Amino acid sequence: MIPYLCLLLGFGLLWLVVPLAFSDKGRRSFVLALRSLWLHKLRSFLSVLGIIIGTGAVIILMGFGEGSMQDALEDIKRQGATNIMIRSVKASDESSTARQQRIAVYGLTWADYERMQTIPTVVRMVPMRILPLKVHHLERSVKGRVVATTADYAVVNKVQLAAGRFLSDEDDRYMANVAVLGAHVADRLFPFENALGKTVRLDKYFYLVVGVLADRMATSAVGGSSQTAEDFNDDVYIPMQTCRGRFGEKVVSRQSGSWNAEQVELSQVTLTITDMESVRPAGDVVKDLLERYHGTKADWAITIPLDRLEAAEREKERFVGLLFWIGFISLFVGGIGIMNIMLATVTERTREIGIRRALGAKRRDITMQFLIEAVVQTSLGGMVGLLVGMGVVFAGPWVSEHIFDMHRPAVLNVASIFYSVGVALLVGVAFGLYPAWRASRLDPIEALRHE
Amino acid sequence: MQPAVPLVARVVDLVKNYYLEEVVVRALRGITIDFAVGDFVALMGPSGSGKSTLLNLLGCLDRPSSGQYFLGDQDVSTMDDDELSDIRSRYIGFIFQSYNLLAQYTVVENIEVPLLYQGCRLDERTRERCLSLAEMVGLGDRLDHRPMQLSGGQQQRVAIARALVNDPHVILADEPTGNLDSRTSDEIMQLLTQLNRAGKTIIMVTHENDIAAWARRIVRMRDGHVESDVRNDRSTDRPAPAAHAAGLTASANSLWGGDPYRQPLGNDRP
Ligand SMILES: Nc1ncnc2c1ncn2[C@@H]1O[C@H](COP(=O)(O)OP(=O)(O)OP(=O)(O)O)[C@@H](O)[C@H]1O
Ligand SMILES: [Mg+2]
Repeated sequence: MIPYLCLLLGFGLLWLVVPLAFSDKGRRSFVLALRSLWLHKLRSFLSVLGIIIGTGAVIILMGFGEGSMQDALEDIKRQGATNIMIRSVKASDESSTARQQRIAVYGLTWADYERMQTIPTVVRMVPMRILPLKVHHLERSVKGRVVATTADYAVVNKVQLAAGRFLSDEDDRYMANVAVLGAHVADRLFPFENALGKTVRLDKYFYLVVGVLADRMATSAVGGSSQTAEDFNDDVYIPMQTCRGRFGEKVVSRQSGSWNAEQVELSQVTLTITDMESVRPAGDVVKDLLERYHGTKADWAITIPLDRLEAAEREKERFVGLLFWIGFISLFVGGIGIMNIMLATVTERTREIGIRRALGAKRRDITMQFLIEAVVQTSLGGMVGLLVGMGVVFAGPWVSEHIFDMHRPAVLNVASIFYSVGVALLVGVAFGLYPAWRASRLDPIEALRHE
Repeated sequence: MQPAVPLVARVVDLVKNYYLEEVVVRALRGITIDFAVGDFVALMGPSGSGKSTLLNLLGCLDRPSSGQYFLGDQDVSTMDDDELSDIRSRYIGFIFQSYNLLAQYTVVENIEVPLLYQGCRLDERTRERCLSLAEMVGLGDRLDHRPMQLSGGQQQRVAIARALVNDPHVILADEPTGNLDSRTSDEIMQLLTQLNRAGKTIIMVTHENDIAAWARRIVRMRDGHVESDVRNDRSTDRPAPAAHAAGLTASANSLWGGDPYRQPLGNDRP
């Protein structure tokens, strides 16, 4: 709707501005408007303050609405709109029992995995186990993240290979000792040579490098995990079955001097669903299943990228609704300010109106002059508001990121520029019309006699 | 019946009533009077006798209650507001007691205003015309000054230049020297006399006999009637500073001769 409105406004303005711009009368009125604006700087500023705030607010709200929308869309593109991610979460009440038992058992299990397989709309399932381990080659070692998974991982996450191949179904079936390296791991372990065909050591076992991934972009943090770009590029992928054979389900790590053991069967399962419509029902089924079998143990978290899209869309709708009201209110407040000042101006300049009429000005010349004055005020106000709004849209994300530590993206919305400035102009016309009409109705002789 | 001298304006049985709440003020009670082209008329009379009312009607700022008003050969009394505005912008030049310049405009811009409302494009030629008019009234060096920066006499000179810019058929002046001291008044009257000699028709309201003495014809009014209407022969032998007058007349003639903006009003003009 807004683009059409803008178009309409644009044509209306052309119709108004073009004949004026080509007549000396119009140009004189315009220059005079600017002069009297300059003469009464403070007064003009105060009278258009409502319009400045209104247009600024419109630009800012649309900017942030658009920003979060684009952010969400990009995330969703990376994560896949038809995917559902379920991950194991170490529940907070579990940590106390873990200390007593010395071993924390939580998270998704292979039984969960098999149950999810029964959902008919699931096309692909990717199980993952994540182990923080060092990766060695000769005397070099890199702190990495070992991801045990299946061949489908490459499809679901759209991974790009720099060399070689990804894990295959055969690797999994035969529990092959093969690994695929993330870009940084490969760089650091094999800085001057081709990693393919070399071996890396994880724990005590050696794996043959069959593939190296291209640099991979991060997705934003989801479901309480804190993955970043570094994580993906530090990944080492090995076949799921190989991992189960070599490492079992327990993970023992040293943390700040004490041993810490956990038992997690699956760190994450990613499901791909047939189509977008089926994503949410499938998500509900997964939630049902997990709630039934895990009971009150909140040791899992589900992320549905599509949800974010909908949330973003809802947010944008809310912004637009808010925008409408802010536009409306500022229109009224700003308009009343303009009308007030214009009525005062007309009274103040009654004599001038009389002189102009005596020198041959028609009624519509007087109407036009004061209308132009009102429109010049409001559109300048609109432009100031636009500049303020643009300043906030460009500086706001940086400030919130660096000072308040919040991720608040914002993008300048082009339609909102036209919309807000158009509304400002419209306000000038709408609320300037009555004072201008009053001015034109003055009797020339009376006006000339006015002190 | 063709009059001997072409007329610039002619009113017939002109009546103007102001209707107040209960009373009717009869400002003009049937005035019939002719104004010949090239005449210089002084309207005199006691306060409230209807001089300004008549002048405003002649200037098309108002419409009569009854009676007719011909400007050239057009009947102006039946015209609507827009047409009257058009007449004002083309055929009439106003000079006011309180100068009435536009404070936001410079001298040149003030002179340009009537052209603006004529629908003229402001270009090199109109600018030149305004400059030479400013020069003519002796303000060639004050072009970019604002009215506030000028003396009363200088402001009235700008007003005269402004009244001339559209090459009007008649200049209407309501007490043009009312706000000025006697020396400045004389200067302004000299200027008006030069203009009249160059062919301009001037109708001027004044209270002062000294000022009226500059005119060729003196019309006295009382209670909305014309009381007396005499020719003033003294005005012709009043000596004018010869050199100045000659230059002024020459420049005025060159300005008006073959002027593209001059639009003959009927065929009664010479
Ligand atoms: N707008 C008006 N409403 C009512 N009465 C008016 C109006 N204008 C003029 N009059 C009346 O008409 C009469 C003539 O007024 P006018 O202004 O023509 O007088 P004048 O001869 O110009 O006087 P002065 O020398 O004082 O300027 C006066 O009685 C005045 O009160
Ligand atoms: Mg008067």
